[in-house]
Amino acid sequence: MSAPLLELENLRVSFPTAHGRVEVVKGISFTLGRERLGIVGESGSGKSMTGRSILKLIRSPGKVTADRMTFDGVDLLGQSERQMRAIRGARISMVMQDPKFSLNPVMTVGDQIAEALRFHARLSKGERKARVLSMLEAVRIDDPERVSRLYPHEVSGGMGQRIMIAMMLIPEPDLLIADEPTSALDVSVQSQVLDIIDDLIRTKGMGLIFISHDLNLVSRYCDRILVMNSGRVVEECAASELADASHPYTRGLLAAMPRLDETREELPVLDRASWGGT
Amino acid sequence: MSAIRLENLDISYGETRITHGISLDIAEGESFALVGESGSGKSTVLRAIAGLAPEWTGRIELLGRPRGHGIDKAKVRDCQMVFQDPYGSIHPRKTIDATLSEPLAIHGFGNRDERVEEMLKAVGLDRRFRFRFPHQLSGGQRQRVAIARALMLEPRILLLDEPTSALDVSVQAEILNLLKRLRREQNLTFLLVTHNLPVVSFLCERLAVMRQGRIVEVANVDQLKKGAFAEPYSRELFTASGGV
Ligand SMILES: Nc1ncnc2c1ncn2[C@@H]1O[C@H](COP(=O)(O)OP(=O)(O)OP(=O)(O)O)[C@@H](O)[C@H]1O
Ligand SMILES: Nc1ncnc2c1ncn2[C@@H]1O[C@H](COP(=O)(O)OP(=O)(O)OP(=O)(O)O)[C@@H](O)[C@H]1O
Ligand SMILES: [Mg+2]
Ligand SMILES: [Mg+2]
Repeated sequence: MSAPLLELENLRVSFPTAHGRVEVVKGISFTLGRERLGIVGESGSGKSMTGRSILKLIRSPGKVTADRMTFDGVDLLGQSERQMRAIRGARISMVMQDPKFSLNPVMTVGDQIAEALRFHARLSKGERKARVLSMLEAVRIDDPERVSRLYPHEVSGGMGQRIMIAMMLIPEPDLLIADEPTSALDVSVQSQVLDIIDDLIRTKGMGLIFISHDLNLVSRYCDRILVMNSGRVVEECAASELADASHPYTRGLLAAMPRLDETREELPVLDRASWGGT
Repeated sequence: MSAIRLENLDISYGETRITHGISLDIAEGESFALVGESGSGKSTVLRAIAGLAPEWTGRIELLGRPRGHGIDKAKVRDCQMVFQDPYGSIHPRKTIDATLSEPLAIHGFGNRDERVEEMLKAVGLDRRFRFRFPHQLSGGQRQRVAIARALMLEPRILLLDEPTSALDVSVQAEILNLLKRLRREQNLTFLLVTHNLPVVSFLCERLAVMRQGRIVEVANVDQLKKGAFAEPYSRELFTASGGV
């Protein structure tokens, strides 16, 4: 395998609460090559916070520490906010979990995607526009001309997600962190959009961190999977082996999924109190 | 009695017509799903029923009474909506406690403190979240606050737009069990938008498949389980969901 793209050692994130500082990420370590890493797990287990930490997007009073956090040889912990701005978007980009909330409400969709091209070679206005429209088309938006003129509140949930994905892919980053990127898409559009991401991984050698609660999807689209619970990684396995996972938490997740030919009157749930959560 | 009846509903945003001749009849106590293409108008139908998309022609009846084109105070209590984007239904500068207890105060409910505690528990949120603000919660925790808020007023109809798409499967299971129980105990009616066919299979009796602003097919859950659809687009969704 090639040199790791990302190395994380003992990542911790904490927030002050009424009962003192609480850690929501409790010492996570992993390395990522030019591969597809899936992160699944309990709601509130720290998946989004892990993704945001890598981009140093945790705002005060939240606090991030790590023994090591390097990206392609660059020590992220030592980067100034200004240096981080040059990395974000251009080299590492993140599709946020609440796309419509993360988009700028007073700027049209087309202008926002064009902005994401600002780091790249000087393109003429016309070239930019053409790139934007072809990217929207690539994420299966019908009528990209019309949609590029809409404001975020005028697009549907699934369109918002695809716009966010288009915006994050257009600068061709080295690492894409995708936080529930396709949760609002119908299954057939979902696989088409994921194929585009897959294509960039294969042709451009991009790395992917794919955060999702959809176990089937993650096992289909990733190479390796981390299962998180209460701020910790409780299980790590090859994606193809997820169905044989051994940790009781992972087994519980698998059992809780409804099936297409469901006959159970009630779904089994996990006893969450036993591992507390944050 | 019908809980929701739509007749020839055409909904527009300005110049753009979004839906074309939507007709549906959903019985009280029924659980009905809307599935289909992204951008086909599913959320728009829910918004029109809730009074949030005022430009429509046709007819909308709720619990036997026609609804007008604006927000109708009397209908608010009977018919609550959980939005696709949880930020749409929870105020960013209010604590979870305020979000859940204010509607109770407005509609004159007593025992507010107890009701809030109970509801948080029902959606699987620990009491330590009660005095937090929405930005201090994870995506799935916010989604559960939105569901709790809709249930606070004990509505008779619940419009649910992708209510569990931000939730991990174990929390999803808890919410689905809760919805099923409430329906059994209170004869609640659900109109549920989702792209997750297994969720439909667990919770609903019938579903409508939408594409490009039209209903292409209405089927019952037995057809769904067997994949016995008449329309190619419905079958496509079925196979893409892993159905064989
Ligand atoms: N500002 C804050 N103050 C205190 N706690 C916070 C704050 N922001 C987030 N948290 C807590 O941090 C924990 C981890 O949040 P995170 O968003 O990473 O969860 P997640 O794994 O992405 O969950 P989900 O699947 O629901 O999106 C949650 O329990 C959340 O309540
Ligand atoms: N305020 C608005 N102004 C103009 N067009 C709008 C507005 N809101 C929605 N639309 C358009 O209406 C169409 C249907 O949107 P809607 O949100 O109902 O789709 P949906 O079926 O819920 O899709 P998804 O599954 O992606 O959430 C889309 O083409 C969208 O761009
Ligand atoms: Mg999250
Ligand atoms: Mg929608």
